[in-house]
Amino acid sequence: MRRNSTFHSGVHPDDAKELTAASPIRRLPFPDEVVLPLQQHTGAPATLIVRVGDRVERGDMIAAAEGFISSPVHASAAGRVAAIGPWPHPSGQYQTAVRIAVDRYAAQTPRRRLVPNWEGLSPKEIVAAVQQAGVVGLGGAAFPAHVKLSPPSDQVIDTLLVNGCECEPYLTSDHRVMVEYSERVYLGIRIMLDCLGIRRAIVGIEQNKPDAIATMTAAAPVDLDIEVCGLEAKYPQGAEKMLIKSLLDREVPSGGLPGKVGVVVQNVGSVATLAEVFETGLPLIERIVTVTGPGVREPGNWIVPVGTKLRDLLAGSGGLADDASEIIFGGPMMGVAVASLDTPVLKGTSGVLVLSKGEAPPREDYPCIRCGRCLDACPVFLNPQRLGNLATSERWPEMLENHLMDCMLCGCCSYVCPSNIPLSHLFTTAKTAIRRRPVA
Amino acid sequence: MDLYAIFQSILILSGVCVVFGALIALAHSRFRVFEDPRIEAALELLPRTNCGACGSPGCRPFAEGLVQGEQQPASCTVMGPAEIEDVAQLLGVEAGEANKRVARLLCAGGSHVAVQDAEYRGFASCKAAASVAGGGKGCTWGCLGLADCEVACDLDAIHMSAALLPIVDPVRCTACGDCVDACPKDLFVIMPLEPHLIVQCRSELEGEEAEGLCQVACNGCGKCVLDAAEGLIDIVEGLAVIDYTKHGLEAPGATKRCPTGAIVWVENAQLLEGTGGSATDASQTAE
Repeated sequence: MRRNSTFHSGVHPDDAKELTAASPIRRLPFPDEVVLPLQQHTGAPATLIVRVGDRVERGDMIAAAEGFISSPVHASAAGRVAAIGPWPHPSGQYQTAVRIAVDRYAAQTPRRRLVPNWEGLSPKEIVAAVQQAGVVGLGGAAFPAHVKLSPPSDQVIDTLLVNGCECEPYLTSDHRVMVEYSERVYLGIRIMLDCLGIRRAIVGIEQNKPDAIATMTAAAPVDLDIEVCGLEAKYPQGAEKMLIKSLLDREVPSGGLPGKVGVVVQNVGSVATLAEVFETGLPLIERIVTVTGPGVREPGNWIVPVGTKLRDLLAGSGGLADDASEIIFGGPMMGVAVASLDTPVLKGTSGVLVLSKGEAPPREDYPCIRCGRCLDACPVFLNPQRLGNLATSERWPEMLENHLMDCMLCGCCSYVCPSNIPLSHLFTTAKTAIRRRPVA
Repeated sequence: MDLYAIFQSILILSGVCVVFGALIALAHSRFRVFEDPRIEAALELLPRTNCGACGSPGCRPFAEGLVQGEQQPASCTVMGPAEIEDVAQLLGVEAGEANKRVARLLCAGGSHVAVQDAEYRGFASCKAAASVAGGGKGCTWGCLGLADCEVACDLDAIHMSAALLPIVDPVRCTACGDCVDACPKDLFVIMPLEPHLIVQCRSELEGEEAEGLCQVACNGCGKCVLDAAEGLIDIVEGLAVIDYTKHGLEAPGATKRCPTGAIVWVENAQLLEGTGGSATDASQTAE
């Protein structure tokens, strides 16, 4: 096993994982209502196929995929469709969502196997089944999993990288999956390798999770070419392009996807979910969420139905502490603060972080002193200082010339800035503005 | 000897100056481009704000257009009637028909009536707030109040009120559209400065859900649809939408039974000012 492979730049925030790293994954009781937005993935929103008043069983499709880069949405609990309309979305906007009043007396079991057994299926059939099951990446961006399983014909894939880094501080859902469900991860890897027609897989795990590395190494099946690699605990080790650099020393060209260098990267939680979908025959309707931070009374790793409202999730974690001040969907580096307790957990919500007043003090920002720390921290070698100046004066075209689109908004620059300049926020703003009104 | 060298260099340089001066003078007369002196004269009278509201890229191209007869003085929305007349007299042309247009705001939910359900502490700009969590306001469609439009307005026509809503000064506004581009929530529209019905809300929520977030929200009740001429107003996704192609049918009566005051009859300035109830009171309009 290789040791301490890593990439250039990056930062070393306190990982704060001790709050939940040892908490076993447990189920929370079904909430009274689940809310399922039609946009839970990267790509086109799903098309509604139910009406208000319809009875749905657990696992029934309620919205179908709209094209290839899209993913369907399934009812995560049996009940009745109570309403369809705008609802708070983790993005901060209101988006169309289906509200299901959960039937308290339902057994919450599926009526039949909704996903076929994978054994004996051709790669094409596996891809179709994965899309029908609504499987997306669970690491955050929620990229549809079936798209990764069907690379374009001009790309030769040789390696599957399984991302067990979980480099965001506080989050531990992937960590617990590797410790508790290692067999399931390997089944998922087997299915993916089979589907891609390749033999080699590497599991990358940060070295701050020695128990996960030990379990995964011990559970590795002998008939597959699988390597478990410990990686330096450094943020953003789990970013797709950083992981490829660390494990294979290949560099994905600017603007390209991992397929360009012959790699498919999938998050360890997504791989486990892929296996679970074929094991249980149920589509992706529940996920593991880390609820953590000093602002929550009983931090833990919970299995909840997709669409569980933040309110119910926090109630299941002992409620908010008195000095809770900020709730973040995702980790502290890339997550977004949410304003409404009605915001539902999506397929891509890996964690909910509640910060206390002391941890999130209001900070004043000062002018840039050109110290260059952001340049040293940027893992994709951009010049955040220059980009930040351009963003404050809304010079979007010049930002594009300075490779704004290679920025993955990891937040390293904001983290190291001694003047507290909200650099990655400025880049988010610029990207949003450019998407709204494309510059020539 | 040294003195001689100094005189020599002065002489040579003077000679070079004379030769090049003569060349420049020759080129000036040979390659002269005739320019209509009226362009410069008209430009003197124009506001030189380069706002672009007339459709020309700036005031000088507009002056060229005027002299060539492609533009009419009244197309300039910055000048008042007296100034337009001055330009028309200078050029000896018709002033043209002035059709004053202004920017209108489609939100009346200032901080005095709209629910604020979080505190936004990021970079102070509407675009920045809209790109992360939509700012701290409960209503996701409403004005964020961080003044991107005030910054974008070159003509000093937009000022933020005490309730953090942008107030457009119809006298200064030239309908250049900079605020329309600046607003990430698409709350500005350019409209003719004539009496108009305006629905000052963009919320897609209905009934109590809408009113729970903002006291002056359109709750989609549809009373204005019944009070207005047939076919003028329609309820689309919980919001009253006015068909402005039927401008002749608009009448102040449609605002009478609006329970929240979301639909207003605007004659000159849009009364969003202050923290009182003036924004919701349709009977109060500017003189």
